[in-house]
Amino acid sequence: MKFRALALAAAVSAVGLTSATVSTAAFAQAKEQFFPVLVYRTGAYAANGNPWANGYVDYLKLVNAKGGVNGVKLSFEECEFGYATDRGVECYERLKGKGATVFQPLSTGVTFALTDKAPVDKIPLVTAGYGRSESQDGSVFNWNFPLLGTYWVGADVAIQHIAKQAGGLDKLKGKKIALVYHDSPFGKEPIPLLQERAKMHGFELMLLPVAHPGVEQKATWLQIRQARPDNVLLWGWGVMNSTALKEAQATGFAREKMLGIWWAGAEPDVKDVGAGAKGYAALTLQHSAEPNSKVVKDMLEMVHAKGQGTGPKEEVGSVLYMRGLISSMVAVEGVRKAQERYGKGKVMTGEQTRWGLENLNLDQKTLDGMGFAGVMRPVQTSCLDHMGSSWVRIQTWDGTKWTPGADWYQADEKLLRSMVLNASRKYAEEKKITPRTPEQCKQ
Amino acid sequence: MLYRENGQFKTTYAADQQIFTIAQDKWFVLGVVAFAFLAVPMLADEYMFRAILIPFLILSLAALGVNLLVGYCGQITLGAGAFMAVGAYAAYNFLIRIDGMPLIGALLLGGLTSAGLGILFGIPSLRVRGLYLAVATLAAQFFCDWAFLRIKWFTNDSSSGSVSVSDLSVLGWVVDTPAEKYLFCLGFIVVFAMIAKNLTRATIGRQWMAIRDMDVAAEVIGIRPMYAKLSAFAVSSFFVGVAGALWGFVHLGSWEPAAFSVDRSFQLLFMVIIGGLGSILGSFVGAAFIVILPIFLNQFLPALGGLLGLHISTAAVSHAELIIFGSLIVFFLIVEPHGLARLWAIAKEKLRLWPFPH
Repeated sequence: MKFRALALAAAVSAVGLTSATVSTAAFAQAKEQFFPVLVYRTGAYAANGNPWANGYVDYLKLVNAKGGVNGVKLSFEECEFGYATDRGVECYERLKGKGATVFQPLSTGVTFALTDKAPVDKIPLVTAGYGRSESQDGSVFNWNFPLLGTYWVGADVAIQHIAKQAGGLDKLKGKKIALVYHDSPFGKEPIPLLQERAKMHGFELMLLPVAHPGVEQKATWLQIRQARPDNVLLWGWGVMNSTALKEAQATGFAREKMLGIWWAGAEPDVKDVGAGAKGYAALTLQHSAEPNSKVVKDMLEMVHAKGQGTGPKEEVGSVLYMRGLISSMVAVEGVRKAQERYGKGKVMTGEQTRWGLENLNLDQKTLDGMGFAGVMRPVQTSCLDHMGSSWVRIQTWDGTKWTPGADWYQADEKLLRSMVLNASRKYAEEKKITPRTPEQCKQ
Repeated sequence: MLYRENGQFKTTYAADQQIFTIAQDKWFVLGVVAFAFLAVPMLADEYMFRAILIPFLILSLAALGVNLLVGYCGQITLGAGAFMAVGAYAAYNFLIRIDGMPLIGALLLGGLTSAGLGILFGIPSLRVRGLYLAVATLAAQFFCDWAFLRIKWFTNDSSSGSVSVSDLSVLGWVVDTPAEKYLFCLGFIVVFAMIAKNLTRATIGRQWMAIRDMDVAAEVIGIRPMYAKLSAFAVSSFFVGVAGALWGFVHLGSWEPAAFSVDRSFQLLFMVIIGGLGSILGSFVGAAFIVILPIFLNQFLPALGGLLGLHISTAAVSHAELIIFGSLIVFFLIVEPHGLARLWAIAKEKLRLWPFPH
């Protein structure tokens, strides 16, 4: 009885006391550019979240090892949110008070939740390869930067690639294309563009949603076996991808006819299936697995060799690691660009970084100089185009590794532009936002 | 010595029927409410409001609703997340489809829609009880998950399935800063907690408790089980629905069905069980435990590691958070199966005898 009372009292008072002491201790060190890092190293999507986070953080360390951005060192703090939207928002609130430069949540759900908050807090939201597709229109979405590609770009290139294999866009008529998608804003994002394309070329689009987290797909693949689509587009994330490939193998659907989005084309997705996934192709967000690139060699030499690496050494250069690294790189380059205008060697605010990201101009020479030769193509953003480039390659899994194809694709500018403008104008109307005029853009 | 009702004589029936018959209690609760309304907005920072206080208040309201059903009427439900979703989506549709719909009107109509659905899904409770009822209410959860993902009309044909609400305003008062949102939610909580407390003291609440304690005996003394059970479902779903609407409108701003998944239903049930079944205070304590403790552990563990000179990785912190959180739940359920609210009651009893216990 006595022990019970004592233990209870101790537990209650411990919680009470410590919660009083731990408040939001803002330790913003002077002269350091702070990068909040929203990660998921636990939970259903950890296998994919981990390499991305390691790449992201490692690149910040690499920049520091090379002397920072014009002398300004980078600092960072991770916040684990387990791909849950409400915990992601909590992380955002926690880290924004510490002088956040940019946020990159790596979750379309969190991106939707933060899109309304970012303009108020004046912190840019960089969503390289995910997020809202219409946020490419920077005149409405001032603070969103879906750099390098959106899901509409992905969907457009996927159809172009299928058409090319079939021998032309006119050959798509009468074909049946199935979209197996993660049933969340992430998976639903490509649907409007695919529907538009289906109308243009006369192919049939089958929509097959898969519930989170995606381990139960028997019914989906039974439908595929019955309907026999010509191609399957896989819009999955995490364990959903390997499950889909296993089911395709079990139902005997040719892996060569499957095409994944860039989030369904990394090592964790195919590793467990191994040879069973041979022939499966996926889009790339420019880069593929790049173990031989210069930036990876620098990373191994300047960060990992000194025992500073965040993850295992073997992971460096893998697809998602590179994705994290590139996401980090574009944010850092945004800061560098902002420094050109607001003072070199100074710590940039979120608002200044926003200008930098909007005027980003990474030409091939700069990219090559940073060690991204063969990894990336030029990126140039503007007020109207917050995406900067829509280059996509197709990579194929040969049973042991991803190999990128030689062809570079780009989304159909005319179609994309009109869809983006339609959607962004609708958003502006709903939210009562006045799009910026070209004059306002110049400021 | 301090906490004793000696000398407080009740001379009228009205005085005897007060919510707080002891003056100290009354002043303490009024003090807490005044503190929450006046002092907290000046003390708390933005993080405190947006990440801790607002979710805590809204989930307390939802837990209160669940407690009315589970704690007072004894009907176990696993569909609370679904009723939150119904409240949120119904309020959203009322707001965007009817011109000039006031914000509070939309929120309350969302709650009413949820109450209607609650009655519908409460019908099985007339025939099944206990764990079987829990499974039956789970149907509500899966049905609503399906409906809000698949039926485009509910989400206003949004291509991504995510809906958003902005520009909240009540009679010209624009609710946009974190402090204003906090006050807005707090207003709802105070009013609804008062309603809940009074309901449980009135005929209807006594009927619920009679059904909970022994439904056959309740029927024998003239309580209609159908009326009692369905009214509990309706009131509970109304509370939960309003909480859901607040969660979507005020806390998230933009949401998808995943925000009200089955995890949320379990979370609400755990809040009620840990906080204390059949206790208004228990709903608040339970919500605080489930909402604040994980966030606190997540920040406290790295700080503790820092003090000891250890660097704990993000993943390790997250794992440790789950382990400690889980063990605390087990610990509190073993030492105090009646919930954390019971601890408060024990403390009050001890305080009455202090400083001269028997």
